[in-house]
Amino acid sequence: MTYKFDFTSVLAQWPLFLHGAWLTVKLSVAATLLGLVIGTLCAIGRGSSNRLVARSCAVYVEAIRNTPLLVQIFLVYFGLASIGLKVPAFIAAVLAMVINVGAYTTEIMRAGIESIHRSQIEAAECLALSRAQIYWHVILRPAMERVYPALTSQFVLLMLATSITSQISAEELTAIANRVQSDTFRSFETYAVVAVFYLLLSLLMRGAFWVTGQALFTRRRKLGTPL
Amino acid sequence: MTIAFNANHLVFLLQGAGWTLVLSLIAFAGGGLLGFIVALCRISPVRALRWLSTAYVQLVQGTPLLILMFLSYFGLSIAGLSLPALVAAGISMTIYVSAYIGEIWRGCIQAVPRTQWEAAECLALSRVQRMGLVVLPQALRIATPPTVGFMVQIVKNTSLASVVGFVELARAGQVVNNSLFEPFLVYMLVAGLYFLLCFPLSWWSRQLERRLLVAHRVEVATA
Repeated sequence: MTYKFDFTSVLAQWPLFLHGAWLTVKLSVAATLLGLVIGTLCAIGRGSSNRLVARSCAVYVEAIRNTPLLVQIFLVYFGLASIGLKVPAFIAAVLAMVINVGAYTTEIMRAGIESIHRSQIEAAECLALSRAQIYWHVILRPAMERVYPALTSQFVLLMLATSITSQISAEELTAIANRVQSDTFRSFETYAVVAVFYLLLSLLMRGAFWVTGQALFTRRRKLGTPL
Repeated sequence: MTIAFNANHLVFLLQGAGWTLVLSLIAFAGGGLLGFIVALCRISPVRALRWLSTAYVQLVQGTPLLILMFLSYFGLSIAGLSLPALVAAGISMTIYVSAYIGEIWRGCIQAVPRTQWEAAECLALSRVQRMGLVVLPQALRIATPPTVGFMVQIVKNTSLASVVGFVELARAGQVVNNSLFEPFLVYMLVAGLYFLLCFPLSWWSRQLERRLLVAHRVEVATA
């Protein structure tokens, strides 16, 4: 049997793909921003002197990092439905992604916070900065600057992982692909095209993060010099 | 008529967990082998090899595993082969693992201090001897904690093999849930089983990391 590749019928569906890619972007951006907030809060929580807070943050991180995203998505979507909360697939997808990426971000942010030297915080205390000011100016921003590359990789991985939400038919790029392939019977071609879309998206995202990094961290330092 | 969760369901889930383990082992063995080659190519003195392996890593790391699964599943059927889902899942997991673990190992090889390479060169060792006798044994120690840590990713990501119809733990959970409609119970159990598989690995990886860190400190102190 010889197989003839035929991309025309697949590429004819480009508006659908673009629509799916747009939803993937929306899903990723929403999960990135909310995940960053949760991750930062939990990273602070893990260092808290309140044992209960520190402990529950640790349990959350371990539970999420040692179970697959697919199962977490099923739990959120079908679990919420079974207790009578019928949420749209897109909302459930965002929720599951945020819960998932929050745990990974916690670990990254924690590494950043731990890298801030004690003396910096003591100096800030001597200058009579408030607790919130210390966190914002002395701890979080330099910490973020240090772990920025790791955060970038994590969020690109998150964008790729949104494809898994197609399993609860949130209408993102992979779900669109599933639809196109059952319409056109061109399975291999469809997924090849979608793979290119994801490659472009991850390039785009790295670019966006680079530009954001340039804008956020305006301090110009030579590489390798301490903060 | 409703059926309650019973021992049969549990056995079915456990069987799924067994297949998850099998697929993880295949992925680790295949991915490790290919990943080792990728790591060596990434630091090869031959420019073409370096470019080729870089392109490979970028390509695989820029594509979701789910898409890789679909591509190898439908690709095999295009080639006229009707193989069990395990093969398609095994191939895509191998490709996926090789790109990530190849990069991890490349980093570990390059983390071996430059002076060690130079010393080996001074001893007039050939490139193969330099690699095999001096660099790789040291890189192995650096590579152990992150490799064990990455195994967690492998085990978790085998859950995606469910999309090509391979009945591992996640798919077994879906099947059981379809007959019971008890998503909380079933998926909590599934999550719990994954946790039992993954947590020891995470813990082990952390232990190894701590031990390596201490070893490093001692070396620096005595140097």
